[in-house]
Amino acid sequence: MDPITLRLPHTVQQPQELASYGPTTRTTQPLVTGTSVVAFKYKDGIIMAADCLGSYGSLARFRNEKRLTQVGEKTLLGVSGDMSDYQFLQHKLEDIITHEYDMDDEQTLSTKSVYKYLTNIMYGRRNKFDPLWNAYVVGGIDNGEKVLGFVDMYGTTYSSDTISTGFGNHLAQPILRRRVEGRTDQITEEEAVEILDECMRVLLYRDCRTFNKLRRAKVTAQGVEISEPYSLETNWTFAEDIVGY
Amino acid sequence: MTSIGTGYDLSVSTYSPDGRVFQVEYAQKAVDNSGTAIGLRVKDGVVLAVEKIKHSRLLVPNSNKRIMTAGKHIGVASAGWMSDTRHLVKRVRDEAHNYHSIYKADIPAKIIAERMGMYVQAYTLYSSVRPFGVSTLLACKDKDGPQLYMLEPSGEYVGYRGCAAGKGKQVAKTEIEKLNFEELTVREAVKEAARIIYTAHDEAKDKLFELELSWICAETNWLHSHVPQDVLDEAVQFAENSLDEDDEMDDEE
Repeated sequence: MDPITLRLPHTVQQPQELASYGPTTRTTQPLVTGTSVVAFKYKDGIIMAADCLGSYGSLARFRNEKRLTQVGEKTLLGVSGDMSDYQFLQHKLEDIITHEYDMDDEQTLSTKSVYKYLTNIMYGRRNKFDPLWNAYVVGGIDNGEKVLGFVDMYGTTYSSDTISTGFGNHLAQPILRRRVEGRTDQITEEEAVEILDECMRVLLYRDCRTFNKLRRAKVTAQGVEISEPYSLETNWTFAEDIVGY
Repeated sequence: MTSIGTGYDLSVSTYSPDGRVFQVEYAQKAVDNSGTAIGLRVKDGVVLAVEKIKHSRLLVPNSNKRIMTAGKHIGVASAGWMSDTRHLVKRVRDEAHNYHSIYKADIPAKIIAERMGMYVQAYTLYSSVRPFGVSTLLACKDKDGPQLYMLEPSGEYVGYRGCAAGKGKQVAKTEIEKLNFEELTVREAVKEAARIIYTAHDEAKDKLFELELSWICAETNWLHSHVPQDVLDEAVQFAENSLDEDDEMDDEE
């Protein structure tokens, strides 16, 4: 039974009461954002790419953001959307990793577990009408099986051989459909890198919230490997032919 | 204990006329009944070792761990009641987590020792509670390097180069005092720790025991973990050999 509480006009209101008429306490717009993540399965595992930009609106505000990270021993996480929500989530992930380490049972969190945890968090937050303003890509190898999943701020989840977020859904996904789908087991690392660079180049040309400093990451049976930032070769000579703007 | 039964030992909130709190001293007795636990802090790491006395042959080897990890870079070994230990380990984890969630940095050894000291000490103040029957060894790594603290049931905590608690603590302490902490490496310390536990073990009292060893060093990436099986085997071999040598020397005399 609920305890009987005395409510006097001058007492501090409980948060749930404030919510009905107080200030908005949920995120209504993202502030510092990261743009697309592109990922797909290939012969040896999962490959992923994202640039290093944290945009503040249209301003290229933070130019050394790390948007691909390792979670635990065998999972790769890519993020787009609000960078502070991402940092908050990183703390939570660190907590569960530490908790798992403390168990000292020679087990580590599998990619599927990390993915499930993430989807629970994201769906739970959307049900509180206070979402984490992100789209995440989770990749890894779980008991020899390649896992590649997506979850966004609405709690939408799906797994696929090819995954992209944001603008990548419009610009990279068609390329991935053509070049990756149906032949993931034949794609060598060399080809995977080439496909990824093609996607990132198109995004670089068309997406105004990206820039030419990006990282690539892969998960193979050997573990997670995240590259140092690198740049793509571009050719802007066609620019002078563009008319009509 | 001269004043036993004079009525001053019923509550932890009552001093005896000569200024002692008997309940805290009894808690210390609980610690002294337990298998030995030692810690060694050397220049490049910390080692924890425990003589885990087995009350039955039916126990699964390596089960019922007495050295636990609390927040990746902290190791906890204890002598005393295991149930109390588990409670304290949970507290260490909570404190480490709390510190990390505020500062995004691993809790320094000094701070975790102090927080745990405050917690344990609070259980020496109220008649409604009983002090913890454990001495806790905290191995930790922070910016000042490897650290070792021991926490008593009274709430007193002290930093050490080497420390011991439990049944064999007198023997263990004598052995620890002989070590050269300036020179000792963590690899050697693991062997020495094994030897000391084997030396402190009293075959007459407890037949079955298992050695538990853990460390924090560069090799573990400064995380706390149990030593790998091959290192453990090597340490046990070293301990048994040095015990045999001692026996032979005794025979010659």
